[in-house]
Amino acid sequence: MKFYREILFVLLLTVFTEVQAGIDVFACEPEWAALVKELGGDRLNVYSATTSMQDSHHIQARPSLIAKARRADLLVCSGAELESGWLPLLLRKSGNASIQPNQPGYFMAADYIEKRDVPEKLDRSMGDVHAEGNPHIHTSPENILLVADALYERLAEIDVENRADYLARYQSFEKLWKQSLEQWKAKAAVLSGVNIVTHHTYWTYLNEWAGMHVLATLEPVAGVSPSSSYLAKVKKQLSQQKPKMILHVSYVSDRPSQWLAEQTGSPVVALPATVDFQGGQTLSQWFDDVIQRLLAVI
Amino acid sequence: MKISVIRSTLLCVLCSQSIVAYGATEEELEKKIESLEQRLTAIEEQPASQEANKATSQFSDNSFNPAVSVILEGVYAGYKNDPENYELPGYALGGEADLAPEGFSLGHSEIILSSNIDDKFYGQFTLAIAEHDGETELEIEEAYFETLSLDYGFTIRGGRFYSGIGYLNQQHRHAWDFYDAPLIYRGLFGNQYLDDGLRLSYVVPADLYVELGSEVFAGGKYPAGGNHSDVGSWTAFVNLGGDIGVSHSWQSGISYWAANDIEREYGGHDHGGVGEVPQFTGDSQIIGFNAIYKWAPNGNYREQNLKLQFEYFTRDEEGDLALLNSSPLENSSLNSKQDGWYAQAVWQFIRTWSVGLRLDMVDSDNSGSDVAVLEEAGLANAGHEPKRASIMAQWQPSEYSRIRLQYNRDESYQVTDDQVYLQYTFSMGAHGAHQY
Repeated sequence: MKFYREILFVLLLTVFTEVQAGIDVFACEPEWAALVKELGGDRLNVYSATTSMQDSHHIQARPSLIAKARRADLLVCSGAELESGWLPLLLRKSGNASIQPNQPGYFMAADYIEKRDVPEKLDRSMGDVHAEGNPHIHTSPENILLVADALYERLAEIDVENRADYLARYQSFEKLWKQSLEQWKAKAAVLSGVNIVTHHTYWTYLNEWAGMHVLATLEPVAGVSPSSSYLAKVKKQLSQQKPKMILHVSYVSDRPSQWLAEQTGSPVVALPATVDFQGGQTLSQWFDDVIQRLLAVI
Repeated sequence: MKISVIRSTLLCVLCSQSIVAYGATEEELEKKIESLEQRLTAIEEQPASQEANKATSQFSDNSFNPAVSVILEGVYAGYKNDPENYELPGYALGGEADLAPEGFSLGHSEIILSSNIDDKFYGQFTLAIAEHDGETELEIEEAYFETLSLDYGFTIRGGRFYSGIGYLNQQHRHAWDFYDAPLIYRGLFGNQYLDDGLRLSYVVPADLYVELGSEVFAGGKYPAGGNHSDVGSWTAFVNLGGDIGVSHSWQSGISYWAANDIEREYGGHDHGGVGEVPQFTGDSQIIGFNAIYKWAPNGNYREQNLKLQFEYFTRDEEGDLALLNSSPLENSSLNSKQDGWYAQAVWQFIRTWSVGLRLDMVDSDNSGSDVAVLEEAGLANAGHEPKRASIMAQWQPSEYSRIRLQYNRDESYQVTDDQVYLQYTFSMGAHGAHQY
């Protein structure tokens, strides 16, 4: 009997604390949190499930994430199976009908761009491969524009009353982004044709955008740490052609990259995997930073 | 693009021909080009439509197959004592509480099928295949549906499933951090508790994770038992959880289980070929508490993490105990109090390696009208408090494979046992998310 009274107490307590104005957005990655914030401003309560220091393939379905998913009106994620290790469980445990697949509240960014690295054959010996292609689509500034277009329409669908506002915000974002894009293109022109080595296939879209050429990848297969014998093989392969830089992504150990740097004399460029949304960074500040870091070693 | 290239080539060819064949007029040539162009366009369109056919044919029934996952598990077990003599004084054992046979053996192989059924329901089916005493047994471990669109934080699950009581109980054994179940799980639930029934759960709309749940079961499965025309056992649980900064997270819960009019048979005790089977009839209730804390630098679990886990259960039972197949029938009243806990720490210090330590302790205070019957059933502990200490190290080259070495110093009963397990767990195919 006492037990029931406790349950009742918790119930009442939470019912009274629930009411909170605005649209709740659950972003799986900081880049989408930053983008949706640009498009919705203060109308939205945006929460990012991960930070730029986390590997979004491998996130635990923590209680705090279920609690956030429970209240979300809109889910914005990369898709292409990036979150398949934890998002399906969150959705099932959330008891929230509006963010289930095929609902307006379920938005997967990768659905709106043309994906790269789509495997012809699927086998687990190939590591963390994604049947739908490379999910790290935010690393190309062109993709951001495509996703923004689809995302503002989704916001307008969910929050019909404020449609005009979302459109206005999208238009101003688009204008600014296109201006920045011109500047980034001009700056990145010197990167075209530059030979690089990357740790993971994380920067595929960026490499393609900047026209950089990947000589080797430090992970033998996606998501698997390189062994020393594999690294020796990479080093041998690179003896013919020295890379201009070794791209490293913030959330994995930089030891293999540093080792190769010592062996080849090529500098390691540590790139932040994504926007530091929690630290208040914007998408364009992040791209500025990425390009600056790349140019610093040219 | 392709057409325009072919077109210009054709034009050139035709031009050169016209130079050869002076007789042809410009008009004739124009016509010729036009007809050739039409034929070309027709050819160009053909493979495209063929490709379209191919694309539609891919949407056959197979694309809607559920996600299939197969778990391979095997173990090499070494003991100092004979595992057949295993007992847990104060606890009459049942369910799957037996130790693995000495030497090599297959553990639980599992086939898991799961899928969204439609936009309203999710379904999961788990078939366990295990060998007991040379016979292959198929067991439906889980077969349940779950609602997706009830909304407002509510979810209903129905069918056969692992009960939401405790923390470890809901996890498949391939997700456990040690080879064997904690002693208290072995003693109370025969490793794990599942049954056929319904669950209603509710997630409170707050920043703090608060989950309230209740289940009703048929009551036919150990540690309940017997035939019940309606609800045979029921549970209620509350789980709380949250984050502390980016690197720390926790979860804690209390749970309650009750069953009335139980008819429970324990695993048989052989005495000179006569199988005397202890049977309990009466009422039972269990209260459990659990707390889990995890730490990962920057919340990046893949690289490094520490997991601390603690659970406590206490069970009260009142009823009668009889030794079936004894003549004359031996019986006694039973008033039983059993409780125990385990605490464990698992430290994944790099991506591919983890080490763990676990401590177990259980106790009991059972009384009845005929102590001899209690002794026969294994419910008298003769002042012995069972305990166990375990250490393990495991190598997990990827999230789909794991090889584990575990050592137990087992003081379950009066003669201390050394137990060694070398276990592999491989998961093939789709692999769904694991619970927190």
